[in-house]
Amino acid sequence: MADITLTDLTKSYGPTEVLHHIEGDINDGEFIVIVGPSGCGKSTLLRMVAGLETVTSGEIQIGGKRVNELEPSARDIAMVFQNYALYPHMSVRENMAYGLKIRKLSKDEINRRVEEAADILEIRQYLDRKPRQLSGGQRQRVAMGRAIVRDPQVFLFDEPLSNLDAKLRVQMRLEIRKLQQRLGVTSIYVTHDQVEAMTLGDRLMVLNGGYVEQFGTPIELYDRPASVFVAGFIGSPAMNLIPSQASGGAISLPGGAQVNSATDANGDVLLGLRPEHLTPDENGPVSIDVEMVEQLGANTLLHGTLSGTNHEMVASVAGHDAAASGTQRRFSISPDLVHLFDPQTEKRLNP
Amino acid sequence: MVENRPLADFITHLVLVLGVVAIALPIWITFVAASHDEIRMAQAPLPLWPGDQLWVNLKQTLFGEGLSGTETAPVWLMLFNSLFMALMISLGKIGISLLSAFAIVYFKFPFRMACFWMIFITLMLPVEVRILPTFEVVANLGMLNSYWGLSIPLIASATATFMFRQVFLTVPDEMLESARIDGAGPMRFFWDILLPLSRTNIAALFVILFIFGWNQYLWPLLITTDTSMTTIVMSIKQMLEAAEQSPQWNIIMMTALLAMIPPIFVVISMQKLFVQGLTETDK
Repeated sequence: MADITLTDLTKSYGPTEVLHHIEGDINDGEFIVIVGPSGCGKSTLLRMVAGLETVTSGEIQIGGKRVNELEPSARDIAMVFQNYALYPHMSVRENMAYGLKIRKLSKDEINRRVEEAADILEIRQYLDRKPRQLSGGQRQRVAMGRAIVRDPQVFLFDEPLSNLDAKLRVQMRLEIRKLQQRLGVTSIYVTHDQVEAMTLGDRLMVLNGGYVEQFGTPIELYDRPASVFVAGFIGSPAMNLIPSQASGGAISLPGGAQVNSATDANGDVLLGLRPEHLTPDENGPVSIDVEMVEQLGANTLLHGTLSGTNHEMVASVAGHDAAASGTQRRFSISPDLVHLFDPQTEKRLNP
Repeated sequence: MVENRPLADFITHLVLVLGVVAIALPIWITFVAASHDEIRMAQAPLPLWPGDQLWVNLKQTLFGEGLSGTETAPVWLMLFNSLFMALMISLGKIGISLLSAFAIVYFKFPFRMACFWMIFITLMLPVEVRILPTFEVVANLGMLNSYWGLSIPLIASATATFMFRQVFLTVPDEMLESARIDGAGPMRFFWDILLPLSRTNIAALFVILFIFGWNQYLWPLLITTDTSMTTIVMSIKQMLEAAEQSPQWNIIMMTALLAMIPPIFVVISMQKLFVQGLTETDK
């Protein structure tokens, strides 16, 4: 068990800097999800913690000890790879025992640990099979078993679920979460899937273009996104962003509508409205010309444009509303659910 | 192809049968000749059906004096020499090329690609091209008439190095990373992960290289003057011209038959791995 500290961490490949001054404190036993679009550097960051990539500048501490120069095996970590990276010629048991064998643990101890991990993951009956005789989900379990038997201070997950089908992914997601809570091991999990990130993480680190956009709990990120990027990335469907004018708490949208916000910003702003926060209201200020309807059962997504403009808008209303297509719908929004961003810096304006 | 075209079937079978006959007939004649006595083989017409002297000839060839009136080594020794040389060449080639491919793929060192291309360029220098300088080197090292002299000049292999390089390149990087996290050092990774993963490729290469080594003719002919070091392939040719007498076809053919057996044994016993090694791409 250990906490992890990232201090001013930078990674360059030649002259190209791909990670810029990453800071982060990860508490003992915390489950951190690093999330971002592909190419944002999230895997690189994880691999730096693992010791598979060198650190250009800055410092990584695990359990209060600087690990920059340590080999991966000396960092007391375990990693689960996207394609599992099981040794194809070894049985499940040998796969799980390999690291322990190298560390020269006694046979009894190895067997005890492997069987314990196999029981936790319910893969005991597969111990003597080869990886190719297992399904994707079972391989995933073996890969996790290999991490568990090492009894490490830190678990690192590199998009471990992206090779599984949707249903299995949901199931494994819950299992990983339960397992982590049960073992209480500090974990870092990399994914590009925001739903995975929201459901798994105690805290989320949103990376974009090598910068940390925001680092906070899922609810913080949802309620108070620090930047336009986070606002668009977290939440599904994505937040509506409309360039507007603000003067002392009143926001004028293009097309003439006005909403109130709990701030006193002035001038050009980027107004953010979550589709699920738009409440149907015949006298509401926001009006949408609905062009297309997506019925999801529990709720209905209304796609259209802000009346009188070309701004694409999405609203999510509870229940069924099949007849909305081609009509105009009006919505209101509570002032404290209004997000305001600076159009230049793309940073959040309201507290 | 699932088609029902009798004429096409007939033609394909005809071609196949002709091919088999073309390959098998000389072997049959060798076998027949090896089973008659010397006198019958000197008479015309040549026999087409086996005689009853197979065991007598076998005994005489393997353990007797071989060809009468010459000073050749007994054929069992030649078989042993050939086998030893072929094994040294094939195992040596595999060992060296595995290690050099491992170095080229997994280690970063200055002039890595230059080293690779230097190895690759030796493809253009088979032993026949460099035979004089190589002979000079081997002679100066005092390796004439020795197993080392027979095998070492043939032991480096650009083809095998290249092949193992390609095999190693198909092993996912995660395998190495995973081994590093497990704490395996480079040689440990080589032994525990890479070698088992290239098992079928090693087998396929072994078959090819064993036959290559077994069939060496020019090089052994050049550096072995001592009859106790002769290999079986070169001795067959010598037997034809041995002593001023008509060739003893029964003995020569028996020797030829014996020379064919080890390569056939290797091919048949490793056939399954051989095919896997050349076709399987899944790692």
